[in-house]
Amino acid sequence: MENLIALLIAAPLLGAAVLLCGGRRLDRVGHWLGTLLAAASFVIGVVLFSDMLGRSGDGRTLHQHLFSWIPVESFQADVAFQLDQLSMTFVLLITGVGTLIHIYSIGYMEHDERRRRFFGYLNLFLAAMLLLVLADNYLLLYFGWEGVGLASYLLIGFWQHKPSAATAAKKAFLVNRVGDMGLSIAVMLMFTTFGTFAFGPVLGSTGDATEGKMTAIGLMLLLAACGKSAQVPLQSWLGDAMEGPTPVSALIHAATMVTAGVYLITRSGAIFNAAPDAQLVVVVVGAVTLLFGAVVGCAKDDIKKALAGSTMSQIGYMILAAGLGPIGYVFAIMHLVTHGFFKAGLFLGAGSVMHGMNDEVDMRKYGGLRKHMPVTFVTFGLGYLAIIGFPGLSGFFSKDLIIEAAFAKGGTQGWILGSVTLLGAAITAFYMTRVMLMTFFGEKRWQPDEHGHQPHPHESPKSMTIPMIILAFGSVFAGGFFAIGERFVHWLEPVTGYHHGEAPISAATVTGATMVVLVLGAALAWLMYGRRPVPVTAPRGSLLTRAARRDLLQDDFNHVVLVRGGEHLTRSLVYVDHTLVDGVVNGTAASFGGLSGRLRKLQNGYARTYAVSMFGGTAVLIAATLLMRAV
Amino acid sequence: MSFPLLTATAALPALGAIATAAVPAARRTAAKWLALVFSLATLVLAALVVVRFEPGGARYQITESHAWISDFGVRYELGVDGIGVALLALTALLIPFVILAGWHDADPLEDTRPNRRWRPTQGFFALILMVEAMVILSFEATDVFLFYILFEAMLIPMYFLIGGFGDRAHAGGDEAAATQRSYAAVKFLLYNLVGGLIMLAAVIGLYTVAGTFSLSEIAEARANGSLSIATGTERWLFLGFFFAFAVKAPLWPLHTWLPNAMGESTAPVAVLITAVVDKVGTFAMLRFCLQLFPEASKWATPAILVLALISIVYGALLAVGQRDMKRLIAYASISHFGFIIMGIFAMTSQGQSGATLYMVNHGISTAALMLVAGFLITRRGSRLIADYGGVQKVAPVLAGTFLIGGLATLSLPGLSPFVSEFLVLVGTFSRYPVVGIIATIGIVLAALYVLVLYQRTMTGPVKAEVRAMPDLSVRELVVVAPLIALLLFLGVYPKPLTEIVNPAVEHTLSDVQQTDPKPEVEAAP
Amino acid sequence: MNPVYYLYLASLLFTIGAAGVLIRRNAIVVFMCVELMLNACNLAFVTFSRMHGNLDGQIIAFFTMVVAAAEVVVGLAIIVSVFRSRHSASVDDASLMKL
Repeated sequence: MENLIALLIAAPLLGAAVLLCGGRRLDRVGHWLGTLLAAASFVIGVVLFSDMLGRSGDGRTLHQHLFSWIPVESFQADVAFQLDQLSMTFVLLITGVGTLIHIYSIGYMEHDERRRRFFGYLNLFLAAMLLLVLADNYLLLYFGWEGVGLASYLLIGFWQHKPSAATAAKKAFLVNRVGDMGLSIAVMLMFTTFGTFAFGPVLGSTGDATEGKMTAIGLMLLLAACGKSAQVPLQSWLGDAMEGPTPVSALIHAATMVTAGVYLITRSGAIFNAAPDAQLVVVVVGAVTLLFGAVVGCAKDDIKKALAGSTMSQIGYMILAAGLGPIGYVFAIMHLVTHGFFKAGLFLGAGSVMHGMNDEVDMRKYGGLRKHMPVTFVTFGLGYLAIIGFPGLSGFFSKDLIIEAAFAKGGTQGWILGSVTLLGAAITAFYMTRVMLMTFFGEKRWQPDEHGHQPHPHESPKSMTIPMIILAFGSVFAGGFFAIGERFVHWLEPVTGYHHGEAPISAATVTGATMVVLVLGAALAWLMYGRRPVPVTAPRGSLLTRAARRDLLQDDFNHVVLVRGGEHLTRSLVYVDHTLVDGVVNGTAASFGGLSGRLRKLQNGYARTYAVSMFGGTAVLIAATLLMRAV
Repeated sequence: MSFPLLTATAALPALGAIATAAVPAARRTAAKWLALVFSLATLVLAALVVVRFEPGGARYQITESHAWISDFGVRYELGVDGIGVALLALTALLIPFVILAGWHDADPLEDTRPNRRWRPTQGFFALILMVEAMVILSFEATDVFLFYILFEAMLIPMYFLIGGFGDRAHAGGDEAAATQRSYAAVKFLLYNLVGGLIMLAAVIGLYTVAGTFSLSEIAEARANGSLSIATGTERWLFLGFFFAFAVKAPLWPLHTWLPNAMGESTAPVAVLITAVVDKVGTFAMLRFCLQLFPEASKWATPAILVLALISIVYGALLAVGQRDMKRLIAYASISHFGFIIMGIFAMTSQGQSGATLYMVNHGISTAALMLVAGFLITRRGSRLIADYGGVQKVAPVLAGTFLIGGLATLSLPGLSPFVSEFLVLVGTFSRYPVVGIIATIGIVLAALYVLVLYQRTMTGPVKAEVRAMPDLSVRELVVVAPLIALLLFLGVYPKPLTEIVNPAVEHTLSDVQQTDPKPEVEAAP
Repeated sequence: MNPVYYLYLASLLFTIGAAGVLIRRNAIVVFMCVELMLNACNLAFVTFSRMHGNLDGQIIAFFTMVVAAAEVVVGLAIIVSVFRSRHSASVDDASLMKL
């Protein structure tokens, strides 16, 4: 059975290779081939899953060793896979949601002449992400990690003819590279500390190493997670990444890429458990990002960017939960899965809206779409209810558990974290209600596009609506299914460990408080956007609103400090290289040239001058001889 | 006497050079095919060397030894260790691609205005083969004097290749092109000659101390205690050798000849410089500096590591600031040479194996990137990045191969440079953590200059000048596709290479009496 | 008579000759001054021969005369041919031998 693991990756990888090298001949069947191979991977995943359910305890972890990758003395990196409950969860999420997004893209990208290539990239993305979650050592994980970065680069910049898309892609890759630096340092630290970087030995001997080492490794892993999962301070790429086609956003935000950071921290739980300081930093990063993303999400008028802010915030929840240690790992992953359903659904819904509105993304130019796009409205609406945590839907269960776990952290920290998560829930309710109201309710504010075409909103084709419907099912029922009887906890506990924390307040109180803030947030949004008409051009807004529109000035900071500073640095270095380093070289050459030029003047061609030097020389020689004799 | 295989690998391209040069002026195409056939035959011989080499066997294999100038103890001694085999194979592999990529670079110009220089096609290909012969022999030489002669002699054909053949189109017109080309060629020659002369002094010094030029005899004398070099002398001799190699490699601040030489020469010659000839410098550090002067090498390590670090960061930053794509690749190479030198002097098995792999992988990746850049430059007639834009739309295959070459340059996992770069970083980190961490900044900067280059040339709206640009031709595809395949293969399965290199590195490490640092914790199995 | 006086005369003649070589521009005069220097040397040789009482100095003086004669032949020939081509016997006019 374990021999199937490699096939999980091989199927989409084959798709990527064939589609990208196949040339125009495959244009007509490329999208079907890509979808088929993604689905094949999902089927293999399901087979492995049912097999895993048939076993129990430790027997559930499968290993497959393919070949030795980089063997240099004690440095032994293998291409080997490990499939346990945690990887299995990710495999099903990635391939399942990924396949749905493939199907959706068939319709969405129908009119793009480079559709075959798009599917090749999508397949590459799946393959890289699967490699990331299936690797049995950190170096192979790093392989997948960077592969995900590459795939996201290619997909975000898919419409390369747009300079903004090319810039966004480059930015995503670069910011991710900063995170990758953290991962590579972490791997190096593991190697010097343990002499290996395979999961088993490293995670099994965390107790033997010093806490300082563990903290260092933990912080470096966190840096990596910040890059991939768009956490403060490396979150700036996520908003720009909306330049990519909408299915890409769905894929990045729901099934792949941003979830990688949560996976990394959860997978490395043993390291973080041994480094409380690192855990604290993780929690702080999660809490800050949670609020940051939520605030940004409130101010954006671009539907995709509002959803991007929301992703950032929701991943903040997960990172926070993962930072809580064994109290939170399970809930981080559980929220990740439910979020995968509803966020994919929301993005695909947003894509469907854009599809019907001539690719308009400004919500101020939507309004009243519910009658024209009923399926999109219902599925988007269910996703909306799920994400704000409406009782009974997926998000309700998973988010509520994280808030409880935050309180259960104990002490002052517990109260602070609990309040932050509650505040986040309130803001989530606010901005998601805002998105909902501005898009589907109110009066029509449709504007003609730049070619003067008035939009004629219409429901999207079946290939797009069916994935949305399936995801809506997941958004509604997944949370309940996982939470009832603590199914998900029992499933993951053998891998991540589980510890039921002692909350200072009862679970019912937390749920009650969550409901109260939810209603408050939604009501406020209704007061601002539902009760009175939404202006087509955005009002100036308060200082906070304006700052939030500009991603809380973080991009401006980056621009001024890093981009401008970097430009000045490189420009001055180019100058230094040319004038100073090369100047010394050319100066040496020039001084030799000048010296010989001067010496050359002595040779003036007059015989009498030569005679003088001859006589002079003789005189000097004689004088020297006499002097020598005298001495 | 057995067949002198190593001599043959060097003699064949040398013969090819003579044969190619002798082809009559009118039969240009015949000369090209002749050169290609000879380079391919050399590749076959190099493959034989790889097959006959036994990774676990003696240190130097397939050896040859003949008396040469017996009055001075100079012998014609050849032999290869794993490091030499790897680099020999790289050289023999790259030359056919260089020849094929430069197929039309030395054709005479169509118009026959009297002041146009006529490009002697035969000479171009003969010189390339000549360089190949010398470089291969220098990887095989185990006699210091023989190596020195080759080290210096290869400057001559390189000088003519740089000074005599440049890009067809130049921003400043033909006059400026000729001036800048001869400046670059003279700079290359003088820089390397100064290094070489300082090395000559050290070579003579070595002879007066040791009484022989033979590596094996010196090693033997050291081992049985009959030769001991005073600390001061050893350090001076080391510096003399190292200076020459650092110029060739090139290491900051001795690097300024490289951007000129690579910028002004044609893309295949630029590949020849950075992927083949420069490797002699880093190779010689491993073979001669560490083996002849182990104590002095350890003494100089801190300073060299600092210079290597500066090279890494400085080269990358300057690459970001370039407007000329060939100069950009040149500065990127300087950054990469910093990694190689850092790996060598980290004195760990990962560092040195990584450095050797790095030499091979950097050769392949730079060849891929540079040759595609050359194809691009030939089409548009400009080296300036700003003159391009939107090429991806008109020539997707060209853009795709360019991207893969770029991704290899930024060491993306899955492509072979990643393996070597990570090994170098790990090897350095395990002994000098701070150095290792600073060097990782190079990873981020590499992404910056590669992606900026790609974005400005390939993406965005299609510029009017590139609208009619044709995609890669069959010949160009034949050049690039195998290189990319090799990058992928060695990125996923570098084991064949590491198996050859590892034992040699162990020998070098035992020369300098270093062992890998032990991990702090014995990890549970 | 004290032979030292002959040495004084020889050095005087040599100095006059040397000054003439340096100062005069006419090639013929320069040439004559060179002869004067040679003869000053001859005088010194002969004087030393007398002072030390052996004939080595006189033999050298004969050699010098022969060399001087040969030199005159070659030198005058050059001067004449230079004069023919340039219509000048000034040494400063023949200043092409420079970088």
